[in-house]
Amino acid sequence: MSTPSTALGDSAIMLRRNFRHTVRNPVTVFNAILFPIVMMLMFVYVFGGAFKVPGSYVDYAVPGLIVMAITYGLGPTATSVNDDMTKGIINRFKTMDVSRGAVLTGHVVATTVRSVIAVGAIIGVGFAMGFRSHGSLLDWLGAIGLVLLLAFATSWLTVAMGLAAKSVESAGLATVPLIMLPFLSSAFVPASTMKTGVKQFAEYQPFTPIIETLRGLLSGGHLTTSHTVQALAWCVGFAVLGYLWAVSTFKKRA
Amino acid sequence: MENTAIAVTGLRKTYGDKVVLDGIGFEVASGSVFSMLGPNGAGKTTTVNVLTTLMKPDAGAIRVAGFDVATQTKQVRSAIGVTGQFAAVDELLTGRENLRMMADLKRIRSAGQLVSGLLERFELSEAADKQASTYSGGMRRKLDLAMTLVGSPQIIFLDEPTTGLDPRSRRTMWEIVRELVAEGTTIFLTTQYLDEADQLAGQIAVLDGGRVVAHGTPEELKRQIPGTHVRLRFATLAELDSAARVLPSGTRDESELTLRVPGDGTSRALRALLDRLDEHGLDSEEFSVHTPDLDDVFLALTGQPADGESAAQAAQSDQSNQSTHPATEATAS
Repeated sequence: MSTPSTALGDSAIMLRRNFRHTVRNPVTVFNAILFPIVMMLMFVYVFGGAFKVPGSYVDYAVPGLIVMAITYGLGPTATSVNDDMTKGIINRFKTMDVSRGAVLTGHVVATTVRSVIAVGAIIGVGFAMGFRSHGSLLDWLGAIGLVLLLAFATSWLTVAMGLAAKSVESAGLATVPLIMLPFLSSAFVPASTMKTGVKQFAEYQPFTPIIETLRGLLSGGHLTTSHTVQALAWCVGFAVLGYLWAVSTFKKRA
Repeated sequence: MENTAIAVTGLRKTYGDKVVLDGIGFEVASGSVFSMLGPNGAGKTTTVNVLTTLMKPDAGAIRVAGFDVATQTKQVRSAIGVTGQFAAVDELLTGRENLRMMADLKRIRSAGQLVSGLLERFELSEAADKQASTYSGGMRRKLDLAMTLVGSPQIIFLDEPTTGLDPRSRRTMWEIVRELVAEGTTIFLTTQYLDEADQLAGQIAVLDGGRVVAHGTPEELKRQIPGTHVRLRFATLAELDSAARVLPSGTRDESELTLRVPGDGTSRALRALLDRLDEHGLDSEEFSVHTPDLDDVFLALTGQPADGESAAQAAQSDQSNQSTHPATEATAS
């Protein structure tokens, strides 16, 4: 098998390829970076005034929008992974002495980096719109860590979905639940204000604890241990599930 | 050992109940062109997939470039280049970037000259900095082959490289294959076209229903198939009968009112044939020269048409438009 250094080199070549794809596909750039910003403008300036949240609305919404910025960029990853598998290019790589996982890690790293850029843009525009954080340096490091972990975990899950999908269209559709879930969480309004049923769903779905943890970190220390533990558990769970699913599907389709 | 590029014995592959390759075997000499000829579904692509490590065989011993495909996969991969049936290019990258990526993956340093050389050789210099998604089918094939050539692999697999290409691109492809062989590369080529195998290959294996039904040089194979013949169609049975008496070497088909007369298709032979008909005051309704094609090879080698579908189509088109399909006639008898 190939040595770690060649695997790393191959992954870097694939990463460069995936970056080029992103830059050449305006839809990807729009979905991943501009759309979350448009959402933020809408929620903060249009709907936000009608919602009852503790503190200013922009402070409340930014953590949720950070998570949305991550999930919104996933669709293009699923479709481009599927594209790689259904078009001949994957067979070319597979008949070459190229590290097998490089194609997948290229996608995962490119998606993670894209998510981080989108999150950076959201935070930047958020500050311009009056977002203020009372978090310490340590809180911020924690928040950055959680963002990276979530982006990494959802990337693997998305790569797996892209691999498992039968067509490019269904690959794009497969990520819709990941994109919709934040809406049904405490991203834009507190779960406690929701109707029974939806409320329970919001409380127990993965994104609420993740968003609450981010919110706690960015606002400077109202962290609930159970949320933090759940948030980390969900992220690690997504990453492990995504990785195992992706690797086994990749082998099957190989 | 250096003389054999590919050695295959007892290769079997099944998908569920369907036997795709039923214990095939062959050898390919280094620096030669070996062509696997067969209709759709004969197992050509499966053979390529097994030889290029994309698929694991159910049984069989396969050595490529002296390495066992089952245990020395990495070495096999370093020795081969593959151009599949569907262009394996990255459509969002430009032609140049595609080639660059291949050079990077093969760890070729300062590949700039190699890349521009390939672009020039494949007449892609002008489109080099356009995305491959804007390329025509022929250009994509060329880029695909150029990518395969990066790093000069010892053995190149071409799976139906000219299917769907226009005649000019087809000839360009043939030229390139000839150049590669002249440089010492071994080529494994699959094709549905007898003339392509005839033009390029030193050895041909005819694959049908997962079996090698014939194996030999183009000359050896052609000796086994019906040669060029002239097909004459008459208005009445009486005319057909008298023509058959005049031309005893012919085979008559009463239902079609046709007579098939073997001949080499040269103008001299044709003139002699027509003169002979004229001498006896015979006139055919329709006259066509039939050159052997893949259907004839299959008919001769397996006693069955190349594939059921095309035979049915041939029968249909024979009814509707007899004059334009002289080549499909072989399936009728």
